[in-house]
Amino acid sequence: MVRIQTEDFNIDTEIKNLRGKFKNAGGVVVFLGTARDFSRGKTIRNLFFEHYPGMAEKQLNLLREEAISKFNVLDVGIIHRVGKIEIAENIVLIIAVSQHRKDAFLACQWCIDELKKIIPIWKKEVTVDGETWVEEHP
Amino acid sequence: MVTIKLFAVYREKAKTDRIELDIKTDTAIKDLLEILKERTPSIKDLLTGGRGMIAVNQEIARLDTVVKDGDEVALIPPVSGGVLV
Repeated sequence: MVRIQTEDFNIDTEIKNLRGKFKNAGGVVVFLGTARDFSRGKTIRNLFFEHYPGMAEKQLNLLREEAISKFNVLDVGIIHRVGKIEIAENIVLIIAVSQHRKDAFLACQWCIDELKKIIPIWKKEVTVDGETWVEEHP
Repeated sequence: MVTIKLFAVYREKAKTDRIELDIKTDTAIKDLLEILKERTPSIKDLLTGGRGMIAVNQEIARLDTVVKDGDEVALIPPVSGGVLV
């Protein structure tokens, strides 16, 4: 399951949908990325995410497939929001389901690290001083 | 005709989200970039900065990738690690 959407997601529903596919799953690891109110010493008013429609979804699907083949996980779900996002709102959800917890932890961390490196989704930070497209993803 | 899609900082600097160019059928990306720099000076610095990437038909391309009539080219600002142009 891979989606890019403007609206918020329901974490419980997404976990249930993915977890529900497997009787042999013993661990679910979730990464939830949210909008914080500071960045590089500045106060953030809100964020704006833009993506390359088509390519971003394709790349996310490849990322999911690679995670499943690279780690011993049953499935991975990735949802990323785009558009204007207010402080404290959800941005990205990654769910890794595995038989044993370690594999899900590893897959989840790998997915969010890779997502920030290669997926054509860009973040703009809006501060009191102006707007900046962010190039680095610490 | 080649459609060039612009995103994020490229889109804002160029004040458009797409540029259409009539090109010769065997135009390499590196030559296409030179045409774009001439045509859209507002993104010239970004295109020579060495930090962005180019996609052709939604696949990451190289400077020697050849673009043909009908292709969709995208100027991809730095997401983080990729380096090409």
